[in-house]
Amino acid sequence: MDFLHEIAAHYNHWITIFLMVSGLYIVVARGNMVKKLVGLSLFQTSVYLLYISPGKILGGTAPIISDQFEVYSNPLPHVLILTAIVVGVATLALGLALVVRINEAYGTIEEDEIFAEDEDE
Amino acid sequence: MISTHLPVLQVVLPLLGAVLCAMLHRGNWAWAVALVVSWTMPFIAGSLLLQVVADGPISYAIGGWSPPWGIEYRVDVVNAFVLVLVSSVGAVIMPYARLSVASEIAPERQAWFYAMYLLCLCGLLGITITDDAFNAFVFLEISSLSAYVLIALGRDRRALLAAYQYLILGTIGATFYVIGVGLLYTMTGTLNLVDIAGRIDAIETTRPILAALAFLTVGISLKLALFPLHVWLPNAYAYAPSVATAFLAATATKVAIYLLLRFFFSVFGVGFVFDTLPVTTIFLALSVAAMFGASIVAVFQDDVKRMLAYSSVAQIGYITLGIALANQTGLTGGIVHLFNHAIMKSALFLVLGAVFYRIGSVKIQELAGIGYRMPITMGAFVIAGLGIIGTPGTAGFISKWYLALGALEAGDWWIVFLLVGSSVISILYIGRVVEVVWFRPVGEAAKAASDPPNSMMIPALVLVAATVYFGIDADLTVGVAAQAAQTLLEGLK
Repeated sequence: MDFLHEIAAHYNHWITIFLMVSGLYIVVARGNMVKKLVGLSLFQTSVYLLYISPGKILGGTAPIISDQFEVYSNPLPHVLILTAIVVGVATLALGLALVVRINEAYGTIEEDEIFAEDEDE
Repeated sequence: MISTHLPVLQVVLPLLGAVLCAMLHRGNWAWAVALVVSWTMPFIAGSLLLQVVADGPISYAIGGWSPPWGIEYRVDVVNAFVLVLVSSVGAVIMPYARLSVASEIAPERQAWFYAMYLLCLCGLLGITITDDAFNAFVFLEISSLSAYVLIALGRDRRALLAAYQYLILGTIGATFYVIGVGLLYTMTGTLNLVDIAGRIDAIETTRPILAALAFLTVGISLKLALFPLHVWLPNAYAYAPSVATAFLAATATKVAIYLLLRFFFSVFGVGFVFDTLPVTTIFLALSVAAMFGASIVAVFQDDVKRMLAYSSVAQIGYITLGIALANQTGLTGGIVHLFNHAIMKSALFLVLGAVFYRIGSVKIQELAGIGYRMPITMGAFVIAGLGIIGTPGTAGFISKWYLALGALEAGDWWIVFLLVGSSVISILYIGRVVEVVWFRPVGEAAKAASDPPNSMMIPALVLVAATVYFGIDADLTVGVAAQAAQTLLEGLK
């Protein structure tokens, strides 16, 4: 019972780990370059959760100083992750732009077909 | 006055310069902006180094928010040394860039090239100067994203593939880094590296801290191309434009090594990382594997740029070897090699860029006898190549000498034999090029070649001269590196 309780208490971390590992798995296991980028985005998204969820304190309120409240949630992780989301979007955009160029140059976005084409040269 | 703002100018000037380059849209104008900005950088970095050597660390609060709440830029001997290295290489390459870029990149893309170059410079200098773990991540991504673009601008379509693969692995590395920083932040409640260092002792055996160290180490090792996490590097260096290769080979991996040094020594502390955990063993094994594995692969490459890229992986092995030894002499050797390798490798890549400028190829079979047509260029290749081998009288010897002394000091005498053995393999791959270039009749491809114009020749020769100079008079480099090693070993606490 204790063990199950332990698992349930940290459910946010389990979701984080699940997203992280599945994202990384897609990056490694898929040969399609767009699917790889989807996996990469999933992997990056899991980190947002890793930062945000510990920032919330049970019973805590928004960090505005007031006599009525004593416990505040930490706003900094949200700000950090706002930056990380921007970085993630930029990475995804650049990745997709590269895939478009690769498709123009090779006529395919499957990794094994591209390697085969380069072998032929 | 302005001197108090030098730390932030070091990062802001290239950032603004990049925006200006992008708006100018004309290759030559953008080049002029990049030239002015990149030549300002070494002066800022140099004066910062002089200040910290004389008066100790400088702390600069961004926007007036005092640390640890605001972002702090903190300059000490270690990162001032890296700042000088990165900005000097960035500046020396710029005069070379105009002709090389004009011949390798389509006119409408040249301004973008310079914008990305400055953005990458901004990111690398930012990682080095900041004392905020998350800020370092943002700069890491600025430098990486612009590096992917620089590589993708290469002429060969395989450059696109190399950039894509680097993007995937680089992003995984950077994300590992943020995971590590996130765990550290959850445990300590701060992102300021000095502040983290002060709080980590009490909790250093807890599992999240161990996980943080593991994520940070793997993430940064991907970025610095530690064997076997180097797979992105050879293609990226081989197919990028010549200028981008010379710049990235000298700076990007070096800055990642600096970040690793910062976390190992300043944040987590020598005692924890090297005595409690088996980091020394792991890094020794991987360094030796890099020194031999990558060197042997280099011997069999037909593309000389690719060969030198594998040689870079091997040379990074020497630097991580110095880190693994974790004693004063060994670490000095590692830091000196960080500097020396950057100079020698960018010299070699600039020479190859000149060959590419003349004959449009760097395949070894096309280089037969080219030494007789490009004597100064190929003479420079030989001298810088001797530096990579570690011949006495070149900078490469100095670093290997200190690494060997450090190994003896640590009681690992067998490492000295491995150092010599790996140098012998580097004789093979450098020698293979020298043989083709100087001891064969002039081939068809090389017939029309001649030494490149002065604007390309002089930057390469400056770096070659530095290779020889720092091999004979090493007081400057070794002196600063020894001070940096001492700072690192003492930690921040």
